[in-house]
Amino acid sequence: MPEILSLNNVTFSYTPEIQNSRNAVENVSFAVDEGEWIAIVGHNGSGKSTIAKLMNGLLFPQQGDVRILREPLNEENLWESRSLMGMVFQNPDNQFVGATVQDDVAFALENNGIPFEEMVKRVHAALEQVKMSQFLDHEPHHLSGGQKQRVAIAGALALKPKLLILDEATSMLDPQGRAEVLQTVQTLRTETGLTVLSITHDLEEAMLADRVLFMNDGKKFAEGTPAEIFALGDKLVEFGLDLPFALKLSKLLQKEGVPLMGQHMTEEELVNDLWTSNFNK
Amino acid sequence: MDIKLQQVSYAYAQGTPFEKRALFDVDFDIPSHTYQAIIGHTGSGKSTILQHFNALLRPTSGEVHIGDRLIIAGKKAKDLKAVRQKVGIVFQFPEHQLFEETVLKDIMFGPMNFGISEEEAEARARELVSLVGLPDSVLDKSPFDLSGGQMRRVAIAGVLAMDPEVIVLDEPTAGLDPRGQKEIMDMFYQLHQERHLTTILVTHSMEDAARYADNIVIMHEGKNVLSGTPRIIFKDVETLKKFRLEPPRIVRFQQKIEHMMGHSLSKVCLTEEELAAEIAQALREERAES
Repeated sequence: MPEILSLNNVTFSYTPEIQNSRNAVENVSFAVDEGEWIAIVGHNGSGKSTIAKLMNGLLFPQQGDVRILREPLNEENLWESRSLMGMVFQNPDNQFVGATVQDDVAFALENNGIPFEEMVKRVHAALEQVKMSQFLDHEPHHLSGGQKQRVAIAGALALKPKLLILDEATSMLDPQGRAEVLQTVQTLRTETGLTVLSITHDLEEAMLADRVLFMNDGKKFAEGTPAEIFALGDKLVEFGLDLPFALKLSKLLQKEGVPLMGQHMTEEELVNDLWTSNFNK
Repeated sequence: MDIKLQQVSYAYAQGTPFEKRALFDVDFDIPSHTYQAIIGHTGSGKSTILQHFNALLRPTSGEVHIGDRLIIAGKKAKDLKAVRQKVGIVFQFPEHQLFEETVLKDIMFGPMNFGISEEEAEARARELVSLVGLPDSVLDKSPFDLSGGQMRRVAIAGVLAMDPEVIVLDEPTAGLDPRGQKEIMDMFYQLHQERHLTTILVTHSMEDAARYADNIVIMHEGKNVLSGTPRIIFKDVETLKKFRLEPPRIVRFQQKIEHMMGHSLSKVCLTEEELAAEIAQALREERAES
C-alpha cells in the first residue's frame, strides 16, 4: 500500500536554545500506509501530541523530516499538505464555529472556496457517513459529546482527507459517547477504507488499530500489532498505561491459583479458557 | 459536614423565554464523612446539582442545607464565604483556573482570600505540594511550565489549601493517562480517610464509583432516581439500562462468568481483585463437590 505519511528520525525540542534540555520527541520514525489504522499510545507528556503537531506542520522538527505522500513537509507545501489531513481534537466544545451542524461542517469547505452546489453535496454526504443527517439544523452546543465529535469528524471528512487524525478525540466523552465515536470510525473504515491515526491512552481504543506505536518519554519504545504491544504486559503499567481488562484479570486469576492456559487480550478468549480449563472436563 | 437537598428544583434563565428546567424536586442527604458518588447520563443534571453544594447556584424552589447553613429558594443568601471555604469544588480541568506567577502563589491565593495569614498560607502550600505528589522544586516555577498532569495537581492543592470539610470532584481524572487517573483517585481516597472529609464524586466512570464510593446516587432527567451502596446499585443491570447507564466492566464480565457456571457468585464484585478471588473460591467449591 502506498505511504501517506512518515516521520524519519524526527527530533524536536520546545527549548532548543537551552543545552541538554529534554527533547519532547527524540529520533522517532514510523510510516502510515494507505488504509491502515495506527494508534499512538503513551503516558501524558510522552510526546504523542507533539507528534500530531509535527505531522500537520504546526511545529517543524530540529532534526529529521516529516513526509506527506513522500514529499518532505515545508513552508511551501504546508497548506496543501494540511488539506490532506483531517483532525479531530480532544475537546468537542473548542472546535465549533458554525451556528448549526451543517454550517459547521461547511465552514472549512467555504474557506477552501468549494462551489456552493458541491458544498451542499459534501456536507450532506459527510453527515450521512457519521449518521448525523437528521441533525442538519441543530445547534452544535445542544448535542451530546459523542454527537459533537461525530460532527467534528464529518467536518474533517467533508474535505476528503487522505488521513483522519484523532487526537485524544474520545478522552472527554462518557462511555456511550466513546463507543459511538469508535463505532463511527470502524464503520467508516469498512465502508470507505479511510486511513486513521488515533492518539490515545485508552487501550481498548488502541486494540481496534492494525498497528500500535508505544511512546515513552519522547521515544518510540515499541511498535507492533495490538497483541504484540499488550504482550509487553507490565512495561505498559511501568510507562504510565494500564493493561487491557481481560489481561489484567487473567493475571489476577493465575495469582489466585486458577488454572488457565494463558493470558488473554479479550474477554471472550478468557471466558473460553476458563471454561475449557475448569469446567469442560 | 453533611449536605441535604430538599425538594430542590432549578431552572436556568428563569422568567425569560429561554427558561430551561434542569432539576426537578431533587431530594437526598449526604451524611458527614461519606464518600458519595453521583452518576448519570450526560444531561441528567449532575453538573447543576454540583453547583448547589456550595451555593454557586441557589435553588429556584426547595432548600439546600450545607452543614448548619440553610439556602432557601427566593431568599438572598448573605455571606457565603464560610460555605465556599468549607466546600471545595474541583471543577473539570481545574488546571484552566491557574493564573499566578508561581505555583506557590497560586496555591496560597485561595486561603489568603479567606483571611489566612501569609505565613500560614505558605506553610500549607509547602505541605500540600508533597501531599499531591509533586517535588518542592515546582513551588518557584510558573504553573504554565508544568505538564498537564502536574498542573492538575497544583490546582487540586489550591482547593485543599482552603482546608475544606467537603470536597466535590467533577470528573477529576478526565484527560489523564491511566497511571495519573489511578494516582489522583487513590490520593483523594487517602485524603478522604485521613482528613475525615465528606467526598462527593461526580463521574461518568462506573469503575471509579464502584471502587471508591460508599454510596451512589443516580440522576436521570433532572431527578434523583435511585440510591444505594455500589453492590446494590450495580446488581440490577436492567434498571441501570433504563437510566442509560452501563454497569462497570467487572460487573458485565461477572455476568458472563455466572452464565457460564450456571449459578451466581456470592456477591456483586466491584474490583478486578475481588472478582478474581470470587471466581477462585467458586472453583474450589465446585471441585470439592465433584
